[in-house]
Amino acid sequence: MRGRPRPTLRDAAVLLGLAVYALPFFWQVLTSLKPEAELMRLPPLLPSRLTWEHYQVVLERSLMLRALLNSLGVGLLTTGLALALGLAAAYGFARFPVPGKGPLLLAIVAGTAFPQIATVSPLYLLMRALGLRDTWLGLILANTSFALPLVVWLLAGFIRDLPVALEEAAAVDGAGRLQTFQWVVLPLVAPGLASAALLTFLFSWNEFLFAYTFTATEASRTAPVALALFPGVFEVPWGDIAAASILASLPPIAVVVGLQRFLVRGLVAGALRE
Amino acid sequence: MSLRAAPRTGLLLVAPALLLLAAVTAYPALWVLWLSLQRRVPIFGIAQFEGAGNYLFLAGDPRFWSATRITLAFTVISVLLELVLGLLVALALAGQRRGRRLALSLLLLAWALPGVVTAKLFEWLYNPAAGLVNYLLLGAQINWLGDPALALPGLIVADVWRTMPLVALLCYARLLTIPAEIYEAARVDGAGDLAAFLRITLPLCRSILLIALLFRTLDALRAFDLMFILTGGGPAGTTETLTVYAYRSLFQTLHLGLGSAIAVVVFGLVMLVAWGYLRALRREGLTA
Repeated sequence: MRGRPRPTLRDAAVLLGLAVYALPFFWQVLTSLKPEAELMRLPPLLPSRLTWEHYQVVLERSLMLRALLNSLGVGLLTTGLALALGLAAAYGFARFPVPGKGPLLLAIVAGTAFPQIATVSPLYLLMRALGLRDTWLGLILANTSFALPLVVWLLAGFIRDLPVALEEAAAVDGAGRLQTFQWVVLPLVAPGLASAALLTFLFSWNEFLFAYTFTATEASRTAPVALALFPGVFEVPWGDIAAASILASLPPIAVVVGLQRFLVRGLVAGALRE
Repeated sequence: MSLRAAPRTGLLLVAPALLLLAAVTAYPALWVLWLSLQRRVPIFGIAQFEGAGNYLFLAGDPRFWSATRITLAFTVISVLLELVLGLLVALALAGQRRGRRLALSLLLLAWALPGVVTAKLFEWLYNPAAGLVNYLLLGAQINWLGDPALALPGLIVADVWRTMPLVALLCYARLLTIPAEIYEAARVDGAGDLAAFLRITLPLCRSILLIALLFRTLDALRAFDLMFILTGGGPAGTTETLTVYAYRSLFQTLHLGLGSAIAVVVFGLVMLVAWGYLRALRREGLTA
């Protein structure tokens, strides 16, 4: 099955292959650091010098900074709301009798398959009627509703895996239900919460269709929307676009590199449970 | 168990989530059905019931059938490529002894980026004058996204690049759970690498591959951002999927009724596929 001899050479070859796979991204990083005059020339592959000028332009003279802050705010609040609602629902489904539990859970699983394009037009009318167009709140509600089914599904699975005996023991010791939840369930389910939080934040950060439709100005425009609408006057500013796309990729990169364990756990648990 | 007590507790816990889902997902899902039965052009103040009119129009609309064909071609080709490549990458990763974390970082990066960023990345790679792709083809002058024959393949490559890592990760996670003794036993019995792959690895990965197939098919059918940004449905409509056609009708030509009808078709397609897969999975006895 696996090549026994010289594992280190084989390991290096796999890493090199994966680095080549990620090349489109690294090429964009290089582009974002190339001097303007050298952008439309190829060869040479490598620039004569590296420059921060594109990042300066993007941060100082475009609305990208504001869009990044919008994305961050909407992402964090969406994550908070989805986790609060999702954890309560997951605990309820996993540990209490709920009328119609089976059909409700099935509906929630079906919710993960929901195409956004199907609800974008009624939601647009709803947002307009409620005065939620171009606000953070509108985006947060829309994103939360889309992330919620997966959060409930993941967390209910994690809670079901915990032995009930622990909670019963706490109850015997005189702990109230809220105390049991806070001191027994919550610490045990914390890694699952981290996974669900990461997936929700990533989803919200990367979401495009809702953000593109429901926002109108820099008051709520998110980073992907700002990038999609990046202004070019006479020609396409490839260097600035490259810099803006690297900035919009920073949180996903941080998640993949720094919080990989939780990401992988969430992704794998979501698939293996279904 | 001793936690039962008040029977209303469970209901109270699940109610907030269900209420939000009812208001922001279920209610709009019913509303879109109602919208699709109307002739609605807000800028002219038109809003009248017309029954199946939009659907009858779509039945005779060549643009709709073209979008349907493109959606299906995009879905089938992308998903097949992702599954094959994903399994191969998972096999390569499973033998990795050192640098697994770095390997997963490099792999998952493509998956984690916003779709709009991926679109911009590939738009630049495909640039006819200064793109890396033409440079690597020894200075070819190919206009990848402007050529009706090349735009859809170009789009599929970008989509496979973005989504293959998820399939690879799922297969990799499954491979790690296969005990090495099985392979050793097979080797003792004289099975070669190919036989071990066909008789052990593939059957044991069958269920995770089916699940990845389901996830990926549903995602490909409802994909939107990549084609909307990268090609905008062009050139000459050769990459216009149902979602892009729906979006155009809804928010660019402002035919809310017609756009909703196309969106309902996407919805129906997704639910049909999900239902079909679930039946297949149940037959295999895989659903818990």
